[in-house]
Amino acid sequence: MIPARRRSALSNLVRTETLLLAREVVPLLWGVGFPMALLAVMGSFSRGPDKSLGGITLVAAYEPVLIAFTLATFALQGLPAVLAGYRERGILRRLNATPVGAARLLAAQLTVNLTIALISTAGILIVGDAAFGVPLPGQPAGFALALLLAAAAMLALGLFIASVARSGRVAGAVGTMVFLPLMFFAGLWIPRALMPATLRGIGDRTPLGAAVAALHDSMAGQWPSASGLAVLAGYAGVFGVLAWRLFRWE
Amino acid sequence: MTTHTAPPALEITALRKQYGQQVAVDDLSLRVAEGEIFGILGPNGAGKTTTVECAEGLRRPDGGTVRVFGIDPYRDRREARTLVGAQLQESELQGKLTVAEAIELYASFYPRPAGIEALLHRLGLTEKRNTRYRALSGGQKQRLSIALALVGNPRLVVFDELTTGLDPAARRESWRMVEQLRDSGITVLLVTHYADEAERLCDRVALITSGRVAATGTPAELIASASGAGTRFNLDDAIVALSTGAKS
Repeated sequence: MIPARRRSALSNLVRTETLLLAREVVPLLWGVGFPMALLAVMGSFSRGPDKSLGGITLVAAYEPVLIAFTLATFALQGLPAVLAGYRERGILRRLNATPVGAARLLAAQLTVNLTIALISTAGILIVGDAAFGVPLPGQPAGFALALLLAAAAMLALGLFIASVARSGRVAGAVGTMVFLPLMFFAGLWIPRALMPATLRGIGDRTPLGAAVAALHDSMAGQWPSASGLAVLAGYAGVFGVLAWRLFRWE
Repeated sequence: MTTHTAPPALEITALRKQYGQQVAVDDLSLRVAEGEIFGILGPNGAGKTTTVECAEGLRRPDGGTVRVFGIDPYRDRREARTLVGAQLQESELQGKLTVAEAIELYASFYPRPAGIEALLHRLGLTEKRNTRYRALSGGQKQRLSIALALVGNPRLVVFDELTTGLDPAARRESWRMVEQLRDSGITVLLVTHYADEAERLCDRVALITSGRVAATGTPAELIASASGAGTRFNLDDAIVALSTGAKS
């Protein structure tokens, strides 16, 4: 093993935060294990192409929703609670008294949550393809762009929650309160294809509704709609700027 | 300046800091020479912590200047923070981080860190190296925060309420450690509520009240300046007398 001090401070912080996340267990079960379990359930119940779902299988319709789930779990339920808790307990202040500074810990948290969500996404795609016959994205570049914009929008929203919540507990509660309606519009309970047009129209303007639409299109081989990508970029920009302006280290 | 005298460990000139309308520190000046143990005393809310946070580069002064070894700790944060080790009031670590992991992580932040094993041994934490932060006792957490203040081999160490909440034996142990630091040439800035602690450890002290320095000098000088004819004060009495302005 390389002695810790030979690596950069950021890579040490990423390593530490990864270790701490692994020790928590629950976020990993919820953010990685749960979507994977849902995938397995959907896959086992899929009975071939379904007209009401636009001619694709149930599991294929749900894959973008599960990807949205994994992104939203780490960005809205993991990140804000951890960061606001670090601030509440003086951990950010303590780091600001070292030459490295707490901004590096924030960067490490973003890196760890993004990386795990992307690994989980890759897992969903690979298992979906290998076990349940859901083809890999037909428009890979469009898929990658949609995925990154969706991740950026979710992480920006998570940072915003971490900025305004006074404690880790409050941030966790707010994160969950935001998570549930966003997942509704993503189609977790009612697939978007089965939603009334007005509901789907509202969903298109929410970050996860837009994300699922863009992921769905690119999986089906089309370039995601410009308006959907713009919605995601807009959320990323607005909440990113708000978080930048409002974030406090103590 | 044409002379080449080394700059003092800490020099604060006419420091002013306010939070909103609340003035925390107003026209505060003090000077800490390299190698001394300097105490900052005063009642709650007097501005002690704000003052040391400005010295640590955690806060930007609204007025006046702060220099540690001649460096502006806010503008040249990176450089200043390699010279200053901080033990902060009410700061914790990640609950599931072990003692050794925390020290190794913080060691990687500094260009010339202390040896981890030696530091664990010095603070009596060798046995606890694989214990997670949240399983440590109050005294052990305090010792770990001292270890983190020392891990960068600082020239100035700031202890903010080092012994608050410690039992008598642990307090004495902390005092011995502070004296050892001074003996090894490290300057110590000690924020404390306890007169006995200041009297025992500090070469000089400043008494801060309402954001200003009310008195400064050796503990003996403070006692002498507060004592009226015929009354024998200890430092505790002197602090009360000097901070309320009442001489008995």
